Amino acid sequence: MRKSRALLQRDLSLMWQKRSDAIQPMLFALMVCVMFPLALGSEPVRLAQSAGAVIWVAHLLASLLVLDNLYRSDLEDGSLEQLLLAPVPLPMVIASKVAVHWLTTALPVLLITPLLAQLLFLPEGLLPVLMLSLTLGSLLMSLIGAMVAALTLGIRRSGMILALMALPMYVPVLVFGAGSVYSASQGLPWLGAIWLMCAGLALLLVLAPWAAATALRIALN
Amino acid sequence: MSHAENSLIQAAALCFSRNEERIFGPLDFHVHAGEALLVRGDNGAGKTTLLRVLAGLLVPESGEVLLNGDAFSHEAFVVLAAYLGHKHGHKAELTVLQNLRFSAQLRGLAEDAGLEQLIAECGLAGYEDTAAGKLSAGQNKRLSLARLKAQGSRLWLMDEPYANLDLAGIAWVNALIQAHVADGGGALISSHGAYAAPEVPVRTLEIFRSAAYA
Repeated sequence: MRKSRALLQRDLSLMWQKRSDAIQPMLFALMVCVMFPLALGSEPVRLAQSAGAVIWVAHLLASLLVLDNLYRSDLEDGSLEQLLLAPVPLPMVIASKVAVHWLTTALPVLLITPLLAQLLFLPEGLLPVLMLSLTLGSLLMSLIGAMVAALTLGIRRSGMILALMALPMYVPVLVFGAGSVYSASQGLPWLGAIWLMCAGLALLLVLAPWAAATALRIALN
Repeated sequence: MSHAENSLIQAAALCFSRNEERIFGPLDFHVHAGEALLVRGDNGAGKTTLLRVLAGLLVPESGEVLLNGDAFSHEAFVVLAAYLGHKHGHKAELTVLQNLRFSAQLRGLAEDAGLEQLIAECGLAGYEDTAAGKLSAGQNKRLSLARLKAQGSRLWLMDEPYANLDLAGIAWVNALIQAHVADGGGALISSHGAYAAPEVPVRTLEIFRSAAYA
Protein backbone atom coordinates (compact mmCIF):
# COMPACT_ATOMS: atom_id res chain seq x y z
CA MET A 1 0.00 0.00 0.00
CA ARG A 2 2.80 2.41 0.91
CA LYS A 3 4.58 1.49 -2.29
CA SER A 4 1.58 2.27 -4.45
CA ARG A 5 1.21 5.57 -2.63
CA ALA A 6 4.86 6.34 -3.39
CA LEU A 7 4.23 5.56 -7.07
CA LEU A 8 1.14 7.78 -7.22
CA GLN A 9 2.93 10.56 -5.37
CA ARG A 10 5.85 10.45 -7.79
CA ASP A 11 3.67 10.48 -10.90
CA LEU A 12 1.56 13.30 -9.51
CA SER A 13 4.52 15.47 -8.60
CA LEU A 14 5.99 14.80 -12.05
CA MET A 15 2.73 15.92 -13.61
CA TRP A 16 2.68 18.97 -11.36
CA GLN A 17 6.13 19.91 -12.65
CA LYS A 18 4.81 19.61 -16.21
CA ARG A 19 1.39 21.08 -15.47
CA SER A 20 1.39 23.30 -18.54
CA ASP A 21 1.25 20.08 -20.61
CA ALA A 22 -2.14 19.30 -19.07
CA ILE A 23 -3.63 22.35 -20.78
CA GLN A 24 -2.69 21.11 -24.24
CA PRO A 25 -5.30 18.34 -24.71
CA MET A 26 -7.88 20.77 -23.35
CA LEU A 27 -6.95 23.43 -25.91
CA PHE A 28 -6.82 20.79 -28.64
CA ALA A 29 -10.36 19.60 -27.94
CA LEU A 30 -11.50 23.22 -27.87
CA MET A 31 -9.87 23.87 -31.26
CA VAL A 32 -11.51 20.82 -32.83
CA CYS A 33 -14.89 22.00 -31.59
CA VAL A 34 -14.23 25.50 -32.95
CA MET A 35 -13.29 24.11 -36.37
CA PHE A 36 -16.62 22.35 -36.86
CA PRO A 37 -18.91 25.41 -36.96
CA LEU A 38 -16.40 26.98 -39.36
CA ALA A 39 -16.71 24.03 -41.72
CA LEU A 40 -20.35 23.19 -41.14
CA GLY A 41 -21.85 26.67 -40.93
CA SER A 42 -23.12 28.31 -37.79
CA GLU A 43 -26.79 27.28 -37.94
CA PRO A 44 -27.72 26.27 -34.38
CA VAL A 45 -30.12 23.53 -35.53
CA ARG A 46 -27.56 21.80 -37.70
CA LEU A 47 -24.81 22.10 -35.07
CA ALA A 48 -27.10 20.79 -32.36
CA GLN A 49 -27.64 17.60 -34.36
CA SER A 50 -23.95 16.75 -34.52
CA ALA A 51 -22.80 18.33 -31.23
CA GLY A 52 -22.64 15.10 -29.22
CA ALA A 53 -20.72 13.26 -31.94
CA VAL A 54 -18.27 16.12 -32.48
CA ILE A 55 -17.47 16.43 -28.78
CA TRP A 56 -16.97 12.68 -28.58
CA VAL A 57 -14.53 12.67 -31.51
CA ALA A 58 -12.71 15.67 -30.04
CA HIS A 59 -12.22 13.74 -26.79
CA LEU A 60 -11.04 10.67 -28.65
CA LEU A 61 -8.46 12.58 -30.71
CA ALA A 62 -7.23 14.51 -27.67
CA SER A 63 -6.67 11.28 -25.74
CA LEU A 64 -4.84 9.79 -28.72
CA LEU A 65 -2.41 12.70 -28.96
CA VAL A 66 -1.13 12.36 -25.41
CA LEU A 67 -0.95 8.58 -25.38
CA ASP A 68 2.68 8.32 -26.42
CA ASN A 69 3.77 10.32 -23.35
CA LEU A 70 2.54 7.58 -21.06
CA TYR A 71 5.79 5.59 -20.88
CA ARG A 72 8.08 7.42 -23.30
CA SER A 73 9.86 9.75 -20.88
CA ASP A 74 10.38 6.91 -18.39
CA LEU A 75 11.89 4.83 -21.17
CA GLU A 76 14.22 7.59 -22.29
CA ASP A 77 15.77 8.37 -18.91
CA GLY A 78 16.03 4.75 -17.76
CA SER A 79 13.39 5.07 -15.01
CA LEU A 80 11.34 2.37 -16.67
CA GLU A 81 14.22 -0.11 -16.31
CA GLN A 82 14.44 0.78 -12.65
CA LEU A 83 10.68 0.31 -12.22
CA LEU A 84 10.90 -3.08 -13.96
CA LEU A 85 13.60 -4.07 -11.48
CA ALA A 86 11.89 -2.65 -8.40
CA PRO A 87 10.21 -4.97 -5.91
CA VAL A 88 6.74 -3.82 -6.98
CA PRO A 89 4.43 -5.65 -9.38
CA LEU A 90 4.58 -4.06 -12.82
CA PRO A 91 0.76 -3.98 -13.21
CA MET A 92 0.65 -1.79 -10.11
CA VAL A 93 3.17 0.60 -11.66
CA ILE A 94 1.06 0.75 -14.82
CA ALA A 95 -2.22 1.21 -12.95
CA SER A 96 -0.73 4.18 -11.12
CA LYS A 97 0.56 5.66 -14.36
CA VAL A 98 -2.81 5.27 -16.07
CA ALA A 99 -4.64 6.82 -13.12
CA VAL A 100 -2.39 9.87 -13.11
CA HIS A 101 -2.48 10.06 -16.90
CA TRP A 102 -6.27 10.10 -16.85
CA LEU A 103 -6.35 12.74 -14.12
CA THR A 104 -4.04 15.05 -16.02
CA THR A 105 -5.13 14.55 -19.64
CA ALA A 106 -8.74 13.36 -19.73
CA LEU A 107 -10.11 15.16 -16.67
CA PRO A 108 -9.22 18.67 -17.93
CA VAL A 109 -11.03 17.94 -21.21
CA LEU A 110 -14.02 16.62 -19.25
CA LEU A 111 -14.06 19.84 -17.23
CA ILE A 112 -14.40 22.05 -20.29
CA THR A 113 -17.01 19.79 -21.90
CA PRO A 114 -19.94 21.94 -20.67
CA LEU A 115 -18.30 24.86 -22.48
CA LEU A 116 -17.88 22.79 -25.64
CA ALA A 117 -21.53 21.78 -25.39
CA GLN A 118 -22.51 25.46 -25.24
CA LEU A 119 -20.32 26.26 -28.25
CA LEU A 120 -22.04 23.59 -30.34
CA PHE A 121 -25.61 24.22 -29.12
CA LEU A 122 -25.96 20.77 -27.56
CA PRO A 123 -29.68 20.40 -26.73
CA GLU A 124 -30.41 20.94 -23.07
CA GLY A 125 -30.92 17.79 -21.09
CA LEU A 126 -28.29 15.91 -23.09
CA LEU A 127 -25.33 17.28 -21.14
CA PRO A 128 -25.62 14.84 -18.20
CA VAL A 129 -25.77 11.88 -20.61
CA LEU A 130 -22.80 13.24 -22.54
CA MET A 131 -20.75 13.81 -19.39
CA LEU A 132 -21.54 10.35 -18.06
CA SER A 133 -20.67 8.61 -21.30
CA LEU A 134 -17.49 10.65 -21.70
CA THR A 135 -16.33 9.92 -18.16
CA LEU A 136 -16.71 6.17 -18.70
CA GLY A 137 -15.37 6.42 -22.24
CA SER A 138 -12.25 8.38 -21.30
CA LEU A 139 -11.42 5.82 -18.60
CA LEU A 140 -11.85 3.03 -21.15
CA MET A 141 -9.70 4.85 -23.68
CA SER A 142 -6.94 5.43 -21.12
CA LEU A 143 -6.90 1.72 -20.24
CA ILE A 144 -6.93 0.58 -23.89
CA GLY A 145 -4.31 3.20 -24.67
CA ALA A 146 -2.06 1.88 -21.90
CA MET A 147 -1.94 -1.51 -23.64
CA VAL A 148 -1.36 -0.12 -27.13
CA ALA A 149 1.26 2.39 -25.98
CA ALA A 150 3.11 -0.44 -24.22
CA LEU A 151 3.10 -2.52 -27.40
CA THR A 152 4.51 0.28 -29.54
CA LEU A 153 7.08 1.47 -27.03
CA GLY A 154 9.92 -0.36 -28.77
CA ILE A 155 9.39 1.70 -31.90
CA ARG A 156 11.25 4.97 -31.80
CA ARG A 157 8.82 7.18 -33.73
CA SER A 158 5.61 5.45 -32.85
CA GLY A 159 3.13 8.33 -33.22
CA MET A 160 1.37 7.18 -36.38
CA ILE A 161 1.49 3.43 -35.74
CA LEU A 162 0.15 4.09 -32.25
CA ALA A 163 -2.82 5.95 -33.73
CA LEU A 164 -3.40 3.23 -36.33
CA MET A 165 -3.44 0.56 -33.63
CA ALA A 166 -5.42 2.46 -31.02
CA LEU A 167 -8.20 3.89 -33.21
CA PRO A 168 -9.76 0.54 -34.19
CA MET A 169 -9.76 -0.44 -30.52
CA TYR A 170 -11.49 2.83 -29.62
CA VAL A 171 -14.33 2.06 -32.07
CA PRO A 172 -16.59 0.17 -29.64
CA VAL A 173 -16.09 2.87 -27.01
CA LEU A 174 -17.07 5.54 -29.54
CA VAL A 175 -20.04 3.55 -30.87
CA PHE A 176 -21.55 2.98 -27.43
CA GLY A 177 -20.53 6.36 -26.01
CA ALA A 178 -21.74 8.56 -28.84
CA GLY A 179 -24.59 6.10 -29.37
CA SER A 180 -25.93 6.70 -25.87
CA VAL A 181 -26.00 10.46 -26.49
CA TYR A 182 -27.76 9.92 -29.84
CA SER A 183 -30.36 7.59 -28.29
CA ALA A 184 -31.03 10.13 -25.55
CA SER A 185 -31.50 12.88 -28.14
CA GLN A 186 -34.09 10.71 -29.93
CA GLY A 187 -35.88 10.04 -26.67
CA LEU A 188 -34.88 6.38 -26.76
CA PRO A 189 -33.59 4.40 -23.76
CA TRP A 190 -29.86 5.11 -23.48
CA LEU A 191 -28.85 3.36 -20.27
CA GLY A 192 -28.12 0.05 -22.03
CA ALA A 193 -25.06 1.49 -23.77
CA ILE A 194 -23.88 3.01 -20.48
CA TRP A 195 -24.18 -0.35 -18.70
CA LEU A 196 -22.19 -2.00 -21.49
CA MET A 197 -19.46 0.58 -21.04
CA CYS A 198 -19.51 -0.05 -17.29
CA ALA A 199 -19.08 -3.76 -17.97
CA GLY A 200 -16.17 -3.01 -20.31
CA LEU A 201 -14.63 -0.80 -17.64
CA ALA A 202 -14.90 -3.54 -15.02
CA LEU A 203 -13.23 -5.98 -17.41
CA LEU A 204 -10.42 -3.63 -18.43
CA LEU A 205 -9.70 -2.40 -14.90
CA VAL A 206 -8.78 -5.98 -14.11
CA LEU A 207 -7.17 -7.02 -17.38
CA ALA A 208 -5.50 -3.93 -18.84
CA PRO A 209 -2.69 -3.44 -16.28
CA TRP A 210 -1.64 -7.08 -16.68
CA ALA A 211 -1.91 -7.01 -20.46
CA ALA A 212 0.05 -3.76 -20.60
CA ALA A 213 2.73 -5.20 -18.29
CA THR A 214 3.16 -8.19 -20.59
CA ALA A 215 3.24 -5.95 -23.64
CA LEU A 216 5.83 -3.73 -21.98
CA ARG A 217 8.15 -6.64 -21.26
CA ILE A 218 7.81 -7.83 -24.86
CA ALA A 219 8.39 -4.37 -26.29
CA LEU A 220 11.56 -3.83 -24.25
CA ASN A 221 13.09 -7.18 -25.15
CA MET B 1 33.49 -23.76 -10.16
CA SER B 2 34.59 -24.94 -6.74
CA HIS B 3 32.62 -22.30 -4.83
CA ALA B 4 29.69 -22.20 -7.16
CA GLU B 5 27.26 -22.91 -4.35
CA ASN B 6 28.08 -19.67 -2.51
CA SER B 7 28.25 -17.41 -5.52
CA LEU B 8 25.80 -14.51 -5.63
CA ILE B 9 25.33 -14.74 -9.36
CA GLN B 10 26.58 -17.33 -11.77
CA ALA B 11 26.34 -17.64 -15.53
CA ALA B 12 26.52 -21.06 -17.13
CA ALA B 13 27.14 -21.26 -20.89
CA LEU B 14 25.25 -18.02 -21.27
CA CYS B 15 24.65 -16.94 -24.88
CA PHE B 16 22.71 -14.09 -26.36
CA SER B 17 21.86 -13.45 -29.99
CA ARG B 18 19.97 -10.68 -31.66
CA ASN B 19 18.51 -11.27 -35.12
CA GLU B 20 20.45 -14.53 -35.31
CA GLU B 21 23.71 -12.68 -34.75
CA ARG B 22 25.65 -13.84 -31.71
CA ILE B 23 26.24 -10.89 -29.39
CA PHE B 24 28.21 -12.77 -26.72
CA GLY B 25 28.77 -16.20 -25.30
CA PRO B 26 29.01 -18.88 -24.32
CA LEU B 27 30.09 -17.24 -21.05
CA ASP B 28 30.83 -18.96 -17.73
CA PHE B 29 31.58 -16.87 -14.69
CA HIS B 30 30.46 -16.26 -11.14
CA VAL B 31 30.59 -13.46 -8.61
CA HIS B 32 31.04 -14.36 -4.94
CA ALA B 33 30.19 -12.30 -1.94
CA GLY B 34 33.20 -10.13 -1.20
CA GLU B 35 34.55 -9.79 -4.70
CA ALA B 36 34.13 -7.68 -7.77
CA LEU B 37 34.13 -8.86 -11.36
CA LEU B 38 35.21 -6.35 -13.95
CA VAL B 39 33.71 -7.00 -17.38
CA ARG B 40 35.96 -5.44 -19.99
CA GLY B 41 35.33 -5.14 -23.66
CA ASP B 42 35.44 -2.65 -26.48
CA ASN B 43 32.45 -0.56 -27.49
CA GLY B 44 29.87 -2.88 -28.98
CA ALA B 45 31.37 -5.99 -27.39
CA GLY B 46 28.07 -6.68 -25.61
CA LYS B 47 28.77 -5.49 -22.05
CA THR B 48 25.48 -3.67 -21.66
CA THR B 49 23.61 -6.56 -23.25
CA LEU B 50 25.28 -8.97 -20.82
CA LEU B 51 24.21 -6.88 -17.84
CA ARG B 52 20.67 -6.61 -19.17
CA VAL B 53 20.51 -10.38 -19.62
CA LEU B 54 21.79 -10.88 -16.06
CA ALA B 55 19.11 -8.49 -14.80
CA GLY B 56 16.42 -10.46 -16.61
CA LEU B 57 15.55 -7.55 -18.90
CA LEU B 58 16.56 -9.68 -21.89
CA VAL B 59 15.98 -13.38 -22.32
CA PRO B 60 19.17 -15.35 -23.03
CA GLU B 61 19.33 -17.48 -26.14
CA SER B 62 20.75 -20.42 -24.21
CA GLY B 63 22.49 -21.12 -20.95
CA GLU B 64 21.26 -19.95 -17.60
CA VAL B 65 21.76 -17.45 -14.81
CA LEU B 66 21.81 -18.72 -11.22
CA LEU B 67 21.16 -16.45 -8.26
CA ASN B 68 22.53 -17.71 -4.94
CA GLY B 69 22.78 -21.09 -6.65
CA ASP B 70 19.09 -21.20 -7.59
CA ALA B 71 17.49 -20.75 -10.98
CA PHE B 72 16.86 -17.16 -12.02
CA SER B 73 13.59 -15.59 -11.01
CA HIS B 74 12.51 -11.98 -11.17
CA GLU B 75 11.46 -12.02 -7.51
CA ALA B 76 14.84 -13.34 -6.38
CA PHE B 77 16.67 -10.81 -8.52
CA VAL B 78 14.91 -7.73 -7.17
CA VAL B 79 15.66 -8.84 -3.61
CA LEU B 80 19.28 -9.73 -4.28
CA ALA B 81 20.51 -7.18 -6.76
CA ALA B 82 20.45 -3.58 -7.89
CA TYR B 83 21.08 -2.54 -11.45
CA LEU B 84 22.74 0.66 -12.59
CA GLY B 85 22.11 1.19 -16.29
CA HIS B 86 23.96 3.54 -18.57
CA LYS B 87 20.92 5.79 -18.46
CA HIS B 88 20.74 7.42 -15.05
CA GLY B 89 17.24 6.16 -14.22
CA HIS B 90 15.80 9.07 -12.29
CA LYS B 91 13.48 11.90 -13.25
CA ALA B 92 14.98 15.20 -14.37
CA GLU B 93 11.93 17.07 -13.08
CA LEU B 94 12.20 15.81 -9.51
CA THR B 95 14.72 17.02 -6.96
CA VAL B 96 17.66 14.94 -5.77
CA LEU B 97 15.90 14.19 -2.48
CA GLN B 98 12.56 13.35 -4.15
CA ASN B 99 14.26 10.91 -6.49
CA LEU B 100 16.10 9.13 -3.69
CA ARG B 101 13.06 9.12 -1.44
CA PHE B 102 10.93 7.51 -4.16
CA SER B 103 13.49 4.81 -4.76
CA ALA B 104 13.74 4.11 -1.02
CA GLN B 105 9.96 4.03 -0.57
CA LEU B 106 9.59 1.53 -3.41
CA ARG B 107 11.78 -0.77 -1.36
CA GLY B 108 9.84 -0.13 1.80
CA LEU B 109 12.58 1.96 3.40
CA ALA B 110 11.60 5.41 4.55
CA GLU B 111 13.89 7.54 6.65
CA ASP B 112 14.79 10.93 5.29
CA ALA B 113 17.64 11.44 7.74
CA GLY B 114 19.63 8.61 6.18
CA LEU B 115 19.03 10.02 2.72
CA GLU B 116 20.36 13.46 3.64
CA GLN B 117 23.52 11.83 4.92
CA LEU B 118 23.79 9.72 1.79
CA ILE B 119 23.47 12.81 -0.40
CA ALA B 120 26.31 14.44 1.52
CA GLU B 121 28.46 11.31 1.18
CA CYS B 122 27.92 11.33 -2.56
CA GLY B 123 29.19 14.88 -2.89
CA LEU B 124 25.77 16.35 -3.61
CA ALA B 125 25.35 18.28 -0.35
CA GLY B 126 23.53 21.53 -1.01
CA TYR B 127 21.77 20.09 -4.05
CA GLU B 128 19.01 18.27 -2.12
CA ASP B 129 16.28 20.51 -3.49
CA THR B 130 17.75 20.99 -6.95
CA ALA B 131 15.95 19.31 -9.83
CA ALA B 132 18.09 16.47 -11.19
CA GLY B 133 17.77 17.95 -14.67
CA LYS B 134 19.79 20.98 -13.53
CA LEU B 135 22.73 18.84 -12.38
CA SER B 136 25.73 18.09 -14.55
CA ALA B 137 26.20 14.70 -16.19
CA GLY B 138 28.73 13.70 -13.53
CA GLN B 139 26.44 14.79 -10.71
CA ASN B 140 23.62 12.78 -12.27
CA LYS B 141 25.91 9.75 -12.22
CA ARG B 142 26.61 10.41 -8.55
CA LEU B 143 22.89 10.57 -7.91
CA SER B 144 22.25 7.22 -9.59
CA LEU B 145 25.11 5.70 -7.60
CA ALA B 146 23.57 7.13 -4.46
CA ARG B 147 20.31 5.42 -5.40
CA LEU B 148 22.18 2.15 -5.90
CA LYS B 149 23.67 2.49 -2.42
CA ALA B 150 20.32 3.41 -0.89
CA GLN B 151 18.75 0.20 -2.19
CA GLY B 152 20.92 -1.86 0.14
CA SER B 153 21.20 -4.80 -2.25
CA ARG B 154 23.97 -7.37 -1.91
CA LEU B 155 24.85 -7.55 -5.58
CA TRP B 156 25.49 -4.52 -7.73
CA LEU B 157 25.32 -4.73 -11.51
CA MET B 158 27.00 -1.57 -12.72
CA ASP B 159 27.09 -0.55 -16.36
CA GLU B 160 29.96 1.89 -16.93
CA PRO B 161 29.84 3.42 -13.43
CA TYR B 162 32.86 5.60 -14.24
CA ALA B 163 31.33 7.38 -17.23
CA ASN B 164 31.14 11.17 -16.93
CA LEU B 165 32.98 11.26 -13.61
CA ASP B 166 36.04 13.35 -12.80
CA LEU B 167 39.15 11.85 -11.16
CA ALA B 168 37.79 12.47 -7.67
CA GLY B 169 34.54 10.84 -8.77
CA ILE B 170 36.32 7.75 -10.07
CA ALA B 171 38.21 7.44 -6.79
CA TRP B 172 34.90 7.86 -4.97
CA VAL B 173 33.23 5.09 -7.01
CA ASN B 174 36.18 2.81 -6.29
CA ALA B 175 35.87 3.57 -2.57
CA LEU B 176 32.14 2.92 -2.77
CA ILE B 177 32.66 -0.48 -4.40
CA GLN B 178 35.46 -1.26 -1.96
CA ALA B 179 33.23 -0.57 1.03
CA HIS B 180 30.41 -2.59 -0.52
CA VAL B 181 32.66 -5.57 -1.21
CA ALA B 182 34.29 -5.37 2.23
CA ASP B 183 30.76 -5.47 3.62
CA GLY B 184 30.20 -8.85 2.02
CA GLY B 185 28.56 -7.59 -1.14
CA GLY B 186 29.44 -8.43 -4.70
CA ALA B 187 29.75 -6.25 -7.75
CA LEU B 188 29.80 -6.82 -11.46
CA ILE B 189 31.20 -3.79 -13.20
CA SER B 190 31.34 -3.21 -16.92
CA SER B 191 33.93 -0.87 -18.29
CA HIS B 192 35.61 -0.28 -21.62
CA GLY B 193 38.85 -0.43 -19.73
CA ALA B 194 40.19 3.10 -19.67
CA TYR B 195 39.80 3.52 -15.93
CA ALA B 196 41.54 2.19 -12.88
CA ALA B 197 39.90 -0.76 -11.19
CA PRO B 198 38.90 -0.63 -7.52
CA GLU B 199 41.40 -1.96 -4.99
CA VAL B 200 39.38 -5.03 -4.08
CA PRO B 201 39.64 -8.70 -4.96
CA VAL B 202 38.87 -8.21 -8.61
CA ARG B 203 38.74 -10.63 -11.47
CA THR B 204 38.43 -9.59 -15.05
CA LEU B 205 36.20 -11.01 -17.73
CA GLU B 206 37.14 -9.91 -21.23
CA ILE B 207 34.41 -10.13 -23.80
CA PHE B 208 34.71 -9.69 -27.52
CA ARG B 209 32.16 -10.14 -30.22
CA SER B 210 31.18 -13.81 -30.40
CA ALA B 211 33.98 -15.01 -28.14
CA ALA B 212 34.95 -14.84 -24.50
CA TYR B 213 38.08 -15.49 -22.50
CA ALA B 214 37.61 -15.36 -18.77
